Amino acid sequence: MIEIQNLTKEYGRIKAIDNISFNVEKGEILGFLGPNGAGKTTTMNIITGFISSTSGVVKIMGIDILEDPVEVKRHIGYLPEQPPLYPDMTVNEYLDFCAALKKIPLKKWKSQKKDIMELVKVTHVSHRLIKNLSKGYKQRVGFAQALVGSPEVLILDEPTVGLDPKQIMEIRNLIKALGKKHTVILSSHILPEVSAVCDRVVIINRGRIAAIDTPENLSKSLTDFSRFTVTVEGPENKVKNVISNIYGVKYLKTSAKIKDNEYSYIVEADKNIDVRKPMFYQLAQQGLPILELKSLNLSLEEVFLQLTTNEEKEAV
Amino acid sequence: MRAIIKRDFKAYFNSPIAYVLIGLYMLLLGLFFNNFLGLGISDFMSEFVVSMGSTLIIIVTILTMRTLAEDKKNGTEVLLLTSPVRVTEIVLGKFFACFCVFLVMTAATLIFPLIVIIAGKPDIMLIICSYLGYILIGAVYISLGVFASSLTENQIIASIITLVSIFIIQNIGYLASFFSGFLNKAFLWISVLSRYLDFIRGIVDLTSIVFMLSYAAVFIILTVRVIERKRWSQG
Repeated sequence: MIEIQNLTKEYGRIKAIDNISFNVEKGEILGFLGPNGAGKTTTMNIITGFISSTSGVVKIMGIDILEDPVEVKRHIGYLPEQPPLYPDMTVNEYLDFCAALKKIPLKKWKSQKKDIMELVKVTHVSHRLIKNLSKGYKQRVGFAQALVGSPEVLILDEPTVGLDPKQIMEIRNLIKALGKKHTVILSSHILPEVSAVCDRVVIINRGRIAAIDTPENLSKSLTDFSRFTVTVEGPENKVKNVISNIYGVKYLKTSAKIKDNEYSYIVEADKNIDVRKPMFYQLAQQGLPILELKSLNLSLEEVFLQLTTNEEKEAV
Repeated sequence: MRAIIKRDFKAYFNSPIAYVLIGLYMLLLGLFFNNFLGLGISDFMSEFVVSMGSTLIIIVTILTMRTLAEDKKNGTEVLLLTSPVRVTEIVLGKFFACFCVFLVMTAATLIFPLIVIIAGKPDIMLIICSYLGYILIGAVYISLGVFASSLTENQIIASIITLVSIFIIQNIGYLASFFSGFLNKAFLWISVLSRYLDFIRGIVDLTSIVFMLSYAAVFIILTVRVIERKRWSQG
């Protein structure tokens, strides 16, 4: 559906995006994740034809955006970070204008308009001027604009920014529902959002792709029980001695003193060996009860931080 | 393109801008008209149209300053440029919206020749020629204003650019008198005002019409270039 090959955009000497390639399949929701200034918006602006790339190819439904921009744009609905609204128009007038701009036949639009307005819940404000709407409603009207003409591809740049938690939930559910019919690319720097909504995630940092995978795989690839914290009651030296003698333990460090005679430790073990069982038995034998055992399970958030900070270290 | 013309045209009349402009324009012209009546010149009506032309400098500046600059500020530029329309259509849409408002204003000024026709026996053909020249020069100024508003997102800057450049193309003909030979001819040739005065004198020349229209076309093409260039910019 969407093919992106070796996309690069240079601003003078700075590469806003650097050799990005990925594909999006039909009916897929792809999340675009990255810190501010990573190149998310730039990439989206290129895909939608708002700005041009320095080099590389963008194909939507097999059509190159440079060869037939008007035809490509017909298949894309774009919600930029700042919804492109005319404050002096009513919601009704604005959506009619968008439909006319996108050359939707009047008959088709008439039947579609009601559905779109109900979908994003703006029907009851349709006669109000956009400038008098709250931020959340403005965002919805922007969303409605992207849906005008029911384009095959939806590009949403931070669609939930500035909304309250209830609205965020609504918009997320809406995106999920839309993902059944449309191909969606959405960007965000809110991680739970991406892991909740998207089928696949592209993590982008400093204009380059740091990782592409499903949210589950991304956190799995970096998490297992090879790193955990354990809190044990008993003298520090004795506990350390027991744990470090277990086969497979590579690293051990006291991380905090919780009470007198109660410490927590960070343990790192070989990836192929589960050291939890032998540790339990041996500590029990010595009369050292385990009070708490917790995996240092990396959430997507931590994966993201790890990937993006690793990159930075490399760059330095 | 039709959608853009319709939207922009409506926007002028939904906001006070169009009414304030028309009111201001009619007030100024009314004062001029009153003055001219007292002078008792023979070609009084065409002289009057000349002053209508020079008043345009302010009117067009206010009319055009918001066209593209406002879209850039609102972020609606993204909507226009990611819709399945060509940049030329966008610019032409913006241009014609202003032009239509201008035509409405021009229609309002018809009250003055009407008074003259009722009260006396003016040369009606001459009035028609003057108005033709006036509409053409309006088109040129508007295209210049649209071009200026494509250069910036600040409406004040856009209006200053428009004001200064209309002033220059209006008065460049005067420079001609400082030179002789080729330069004299060149300045006279690019002067919009000298062509305009031809119309006022009742000389409707096809070259003059083509000249005015190409003047407008050049600025429209330049505007399209400016927008395209920004999209391709590397800096």
